[in-house]
Amino acid sequence: MRIVVEKRDNKSKSAAVLIPLASFAISLILGAFVLLASRSNPLQAYSAMLDGAFGNARRFQYTIVESIPLLMCGLGVGVAFRLKFWNIGAEGQYVWGAIGITWVMQFWKFLPVPMLLPIGLVVGMTLGAVWAGVPGFLKAQWSVDETLTTLMLNYVAIGLAEYLYISAWKAPLGNMGTPEFPREAWLPPVWGKIHSGLYIALAFVVLLWFLLYKTRWGFELNMIGKNPRAARYQGVSIKRNIVLAMLLSGAICGLAGSMNTAAIAHRLTKGVDGGYGFTGIIIAWMAGLNPFASILVAIVMAALTTGADALQIAMKLPESMGEVLQGLVLIPLLAGSIFVEHKLKVIKKEAV
Amino acid sequence: MDFITKLLAATIAMGTSLTYATLGEIYTEKTGILNLGMEGTMLMGALAGFATAMATANLYLALIVAMLIGGLLSTIHAFLCVTMRANQVVSGLAITMFGTGLANFLGQRLGPASNNYNLVGMNLPSKFDNIAIPFLKDIPILGAFFDVSVLTYALYFIIPFSWYYMYKTKYGLAIRAVGESPKTATAMGLSVPRLRYLYTIIGGMFAGLGGACLSLSFTPSWNDGMTGGKGWIVIALVIFATWNPGKAVIGTLVFGGITSLQFSLQAAGVKMVIPTQFLAFAPYLITFFTLSAMTILNQNRKGSYAAPSALGTSFAIDDK
Repeated sequence: MRIVVEKRDNKSKSAAVLIPLASFAISLILGAFVLLASRSNPLQAYSAMLDGAFGNARRFQYTIVESIPLLMCGLGVGVAFRLKFWNIGAEGQYVWGAIGITWVMQFWKFLPVPMLLPIGLVVGMTLGAVWAGVPGFLKAQWSVDETLTTLMLNYVAIGLAEYLYISAWKAPLGNMGTPEFPREAWLPPVWGKIHSGLYIALAFVVLLWFLLYKTRWGFELNMIGKNPRAARYQGVSIKRNIVLAMLLSGAICGLAGSMNTAAIAHRLTKGVDGGYGFTGIIIAWMAGLNPFASILVAIVMAALTTGADALQIAMKLPESMGEVLQGLVLIPLLAGSIFVEHKLKVIKKEAV
Repeated sequence: MDFITKLLAATIAMGTSLTYATLGEIYTEKTGILNLGMEGTMLMGALAGFATAMATANLYLALIVAMLIGGLLSTIHAFLCVTMRANQVVSGLAITMFGTGLANFLGQRLGPASNNYNLVGMNLPSKFDNIAIPFLKDIPILGAFFDVSVLTYALYFIIPFSWYYMYKTKYGLAIRAVGESPKTATAMGLSVPRLRYLYTIIGGMFAGLGGACLSLSFTPSWNDGMTGGKGWIVIALVIFATWNPGKAVIGTLVFGGITSLQFSLQAAGVKMVIPTQFLAFAPYLITFFTLSAMTILNQNRKGSYAAPSALGTSFAIDDK
């Protein structure tokens, strides 16, 4: 008797729902062992995390605020992933967004103050798009490996941002960071800590859903991702679409960066490379590139972070527990991903 | 002269950790598996090595534990990518996330009760010290190569051996066949999954060792996230070395030199013309240009010059 893995005829709907749920449960169990090994009560720790993430209005707001850039980055990279283009440069594109809006706020003095925010967001978006467009063009024109180029460019962007806030654009007074943006140019709040970036992110969810599922272009991207040869026979330009998808992907990640900077830090400073871009990749993948599913996944990932912060305060446990759990969710999920498109088949006895 | 010797010594000390991990990643990528989990694996290696050395005062045992932990983390990656045919990019990021988180978590839990279970701020009973070889160490400039730790001396043998293994033995041929064309490799009678498991695990062991070089020799201590992105430089170094173990050391010396140069110049009180942050991202920018140029210039000779053709793709015998 032996067990073989066989391709399913159709994607399994139930597997697509059950596997993430099971993975989450497994990660909590595995995480419990880590907690037990470090002399802590897992149940107490998990309830502290839950309380820390959603316990009261203020905590809930923090979790939502944390989920906004994650959702945006997840949406952004998701566009490129549609055509199996591995944009892992979201982090760098996010940083360029932050640089862009800071540039406008600090140096475009000729603009009236109310114009600073919208123009800053657009400039951030544009820089993010350019930073993603370069590897997109290199891939389309000469098939330069995009996974490696986008990864390398992240650290160039991060280093440049560091140079800007530590020396070139540094505020004359105070410690690290550029001067604070004018108060009128901050992203306005909508409910407590939650800023209006929430509306922008949700608008992008709907927009991308429409673009990817309801338009000819979305159909083309899907076709390139699934079967590039068929796409070429249909007269779809792969080169043009790779560049376009990367521009859009980078624009969304760039907007995430400029939005978050205008809403939270209000200047370019340490911590601009907060890892949202990397977690965004995971969110896009976990959500199966579906914009609506990304909302839920982004909230769960954000809750693990804000919950872990509370864990440190409530139980004096290192906040890195959040990262441990984020990683642990992924491992069974990755292992289970095969069952969406494959099934196990037991072969009783082989004919001799 | 003195300045150059000191710079070289610093470069070698920093490059040792990078070289181990780079060699490991080359073995892994040569079989077609991209392991982006290096940062997390190195950090776990650094932690495992440090914690073992603290508990047992045995440095060699610490190295072995670091290698085992590195191998263990990569086994997860191999299981996900080979057996479960999961996406290699996402799996690698998951390993980095999990490894980084777990190492930082355990770093605050595995210490002695007297230090509030924290390993941060603890001092090792002993570390890998530099051993000078008489006479050789007095050679101008190059003498720096003969006043290093055991960990570096070992590399003088491991690097040429790795090159020989990869290009002159049947084992190396098998590795390259699996990475270039899994289908052909299967036809040759090789087991693609077995080889991919084997060299992903070996790659992780090297990464664990590279991490331990940091916590047991270069900066003998434990700090949260002490690898500081070295695991990502490793990914760049593999490209810079064009996946050739013999060339791994060149990139390491160049990049390690750039990083050391920042500190040496600062220490020497030289006013910097180039901002330090530019030197910090230079390795990545150079790699970006190198990779792009290599690919563009070799348009017609695909496969032979650089990246293994099957890098990043999963393989199953029934795939069409």
